[in-house]
Amino acid sequence: MNRLEAEPTTKAPGDPEDERTAASTGSPFPGDPTFRTTRREFLAYSSAGVVAVSLPLSREQAAPPATPAARGPGSIEITLRVNGSHRRVTVNPADTLAHALRDHLSLTGTKIGCDRGACSACTVLLDGTPVSACMTFALDVGDREVTTIEGLAHGRALHRVQEAFVAADAMQCGFCTPGMIMSCVALLARTPHPTLEQVRAATSGNLCRCGTYPRIFAAVLSAGGSPLTSL
Amino acid sequence: MADPSTGASTPSATFSVGIAGDDLRREERPLPEGEPPPWPANAELAVVGKPTARIDARAKVTGQARFTCDVRLRGLLHARRIVSSVPHARVLAIDTSHAERVPGVKAIHLIERALEGPVLRDPSAEAGGRYPVVRYVGQPLGAVAAVTQEAADEAARLVEVSYGPLPFTVDMDQAMKAEAPPVYPGPVDQRASAGGGGAVAGLPQSGNVRGPTLTTRGDVSAGFQEAEVIVEGTFTTQVQVHSAAETHGVVAHFDDGFLTVYASTQGTAGVRDDLALLFGLPKEHVRVLTEFVGGGFGAKFGAGSYGVLATELSKKTGCPVRLVLDRTEEQTSTGNRPGTRQRLKVGARRDGTLTAIELESFGTAGVATGAGVGFGAERMYACPNFSGAQSDVFIHAGPGAAFRAPGMPQSTFALEQVVDELAERLGLDPLVLRDRIDVREDMAGHAHRVERRVGAERFGWSRRRAPGADPGPVKHGLGVAQALWPHFIRPASCEVSLSRAGQVEIRSGVQDIGTGTRTVLAQVVAEELSLRPEEVRVRIGDTAFPDGPQSGGSNVTGSLTPAARNAAATVGRELLARAARKLGAAPEELTLTGGAVVARGNPARRLPFREAAALLPRGGFTARAQRNENYGFSGKDWRGAMGGVQFAEASVDVETGIVRVVRIVAVHDCGRPLNPLALENQVAGGILQGISYALFEERLLDPTTGHMVNPDLEAYKILGARETPRIEVVLLEDYHAASSTDARGIAEPANIATAAAIANAFYNATGVRIRELPMNPPRVLAALAAAGRE
Repeated sequence: MNRLEAEPTTKAPGDPEDERTAASTGSPFPGDPTFRTTRREFLAYSSAGVVAVSLPLSREQAAPPATPAARGPGSIEITLRVNGSHRRVTVNPADTLAHALRDHLSLTGTKIGCDRGACSACTVLLDGTPVSACMTFALDVGDREVTTIEGLAHGRALHRVQEAFVAADAMQCGFCTPGMIMSCVALLARTPHPTLEQVRAATSGNLCRCGTYPRIFAAVLSAGGSPLTSL
Repeated sequence: MADPSTGASTPSATFSVGIAGDDLRREERPLPEGEPPPWPANAELAVVGKPTARIDARAKVTGQARFTCDVRLRGLLHARRIVSSVPHARVLAIDTSHAERVPGVKAIHLIERALEGPVLRDPSAEAGGRYPVVRYVGQPLGAVAAVTQEAADEAARLVEVSYGPLPFTVDMDQAMKAEAPPVYPGPVDQRASAGGGGAVAGLPQSGNVRGPTLTTRGDVSAGFQEAEVIVEGTFTTQVQVHSAAETHGVVAHFDDGFLTVYASTQGTAGVRDDLALLFGLPKEHVRVLTEFVGGGFGAKFGAGSYGVLATELSKKTGCPVRLVLDRTEEQTSTGNRPGTRQRLKVGARRDGTLTAIELESFGTAGVATGAGVGFGAERMYACPNFSGAQSDVFIHAGPGAAFRAPGMPQSTFALEQVVDELAERLGLDPLVLRDRIDVREDMAGHAHRVERRVGAERFGWSRRRAPGADPGPVKHGLGVAQALWPHFIRPASCEVSLSRAGQVEIRSGVQDIGTGTRTVLAQVVAEELSLRPEEVRVRIGDTAFPDGPQSGGSNVTGSLTPAARNAAATVGRELLARAARKLGAAPEELTLTGGAVVARGNPARRLPFREAAALLPRGGFTARAQRNENYGFSGKDWRGAMGGVQFAEASVDVETGIVRVVRIVAVHDCGRPLNPLALENQVAGGILQGISYALFEERLLDPTTGHMVNPDLEAYKILGARETPRIEVVLLEDYHAASSTDARGIAEPANIATAAAIANAFYNATGVRIRELPMNPPRVLAALAAAGRE
């Protein structure tokens, strides 16, 4: 009874082009009381409203940003620098970097645990700085280099943090592991020989529900040159 | 040895029995037919018992490990559930017209009969109505499939549900009153999941109170009359949400009468069985695949409403449908550890001998059953007289589910505090009292004794001072508590094959939810065939393979590894038989050593493993094995129990109410430890979940709307890196001669004693009992203030 007529389309369902066209259309009932603002829409709104916040002007009165030229609301083709290569990807203005990586570039190593910046499973590096990819618009990445978990190893040779995670068994289910490793890689890049307290601080936003923190600490300290001991 | 029942001769063998470092010895015991010769203790093995890196570690650290939420199939549709926004209502109508107009929407399915939860004994008590009655906020009503997740989310929001509101309560005390709004219009029953939960069928039910489940032994009134000291208290525990990193989800593809489902599950076979039954399919037409699971902890059994909805949507569209819950859905509707209140009363003589234990508990698993407080009080300590009455109380809140040792952290929080208090009243050290009363060998009494001794020394228990000894506002204390968990085994099967190219492969439907199942299987097979673990290919998480056990009750390692070893032993015998012809020796003269077939006493006569494998017929050789019953098991009661003793050092700031755990020392037993590296990690994980339970986690419900206030990972506080204390884990080797690997799991025991140990440390720090969880500042300050008024 709930079977709907398939819409005429020249593309297979699930085709990225098809997805973007559909998603960009938004709610057909903006005035409907049941309509609720989603997080992404809220993000989009607040991002657009930055100027309004800093100036005593309403959003409507604010001058449009000088550069780049206004983009959207439809899909936009952009270039992302990901793991050393340039990738053309068509995104909607509301698409997060996590969405772009996972659904457009098939880089599913970046995980979504909460989709609101609370668990850091989606941590990637932007020019070496760890960020939550679920709280970063793909459009805001610009020409910054994106490093994901897939970009750490060189062929069969793992990054020393990855090696240390394997040796220390710094994982159980493995779901938080990519984000955890990205946070630790960033730490070692700026602090090659971290203390335990620095490792705690660097991983304090990364939730590991299995509770592997002691092994993660041991792994990162060992990657930083300390002997591998159980903490 | 003669078997008295048949008169037939049963072969015997030399087993390692007892605890290494304590009473490890060799004993002659009967070896059931078809079982391989017993392994010696770990010290004499090459692979088993050695710290071994996970064989899937590389996949996990490179992002290549594919979880259910990562599965992308051609033509994939994305789905979102439609969920209730009110806690109790009849659903009068559901209007999907707006949702249908969202571009990209392909199908909507509405639930017309309840897919999960308790079932009314008399369905006519709630007859009429096209849709199931809503009993909690977040209850699934249906789902939408669309070409993008955004379109599915949007459409699900636009479904208009007309509710006929009914009165509700989300408070257990209120729900117990006669005039409280009933969650169900009559008595209900609910079967347990493979991880536990559920409740005995047919219990009395009055209003929202279902039960009690009664357990009695001896005569408690007489026992209390005999008692010279009586200790009692009322203990309250909160609702804890599983909060697995990967939310529940499936990708279902119904295609031409065959159903393929990728599922984030603790039991591939359970998902298959549920869906086969619901959709009227032969089991062979349903294939469930689970490569990696982002945590389960007891909440991921069965197909679930999301699995059924995705299958319905796939059936309607012909496309694969991905239904992965968002975090809010995960926290509100997929399970939790029930909240409880229990009154525990213990009587003892002056020497510590227990004379009576009386337990009464009420717990709430929301709309579900299974809110009991386990069997700690009933079984841990020797006591001739016991009386237990445990009842479930329904409220209009999300369902409870099995959660890592269902009932037992709650049980232990009360029992171990009462025992601690009893020791003080008797003027005994808590460890000395336990040495006197923890004497049930079937309840891990022996392991507990060794664990107390080893742990006390490692921890420095002798540093323990009188309660409240610190003069300043930050007070330190030491506490101890014990775990008890049954040794469960479940039907389990697998096959081991050897190709002519020398590739060994083990195949089972079993899933690895992060416990290291892949790795222990590789270790066991490698040990048997004298290979290295990385030379064994492990293919699991697919119901196309022989059924594995579901990951519940800490049973997988103990259930499946004996089958794996036995299948590998059959492969090994075949290999020796082939090699014997080539080497011109009798098979009995040959053995597998160092990656080769070698003649005993003549190492020059040898054949490398690969060359021996090349002698197999085309297609190689495959052996299948299933788990047999434990050696010598009588079939009565339990197969034995696992212990575990945890020591906690904590500080309490009596001005701010902040409790910090400084250090935990945990000594555990799990039969023969197979991979100490993963086991110690898993024990530490259980401890950290226990600290998180003790200090932080709590589901909060708004009494005026029935909504969960913190259905997320920020306001629902979970322990993180900053709150992780120093943890030391000691694993005993505790041999029982129970199976061909003699291994057991560790998941649940690791989580049972932590909160109780911290509570006892709290008392030792402050001189005040805290009988309510979590021990957060408001509760701590209230407990301290109440004690100050006494």
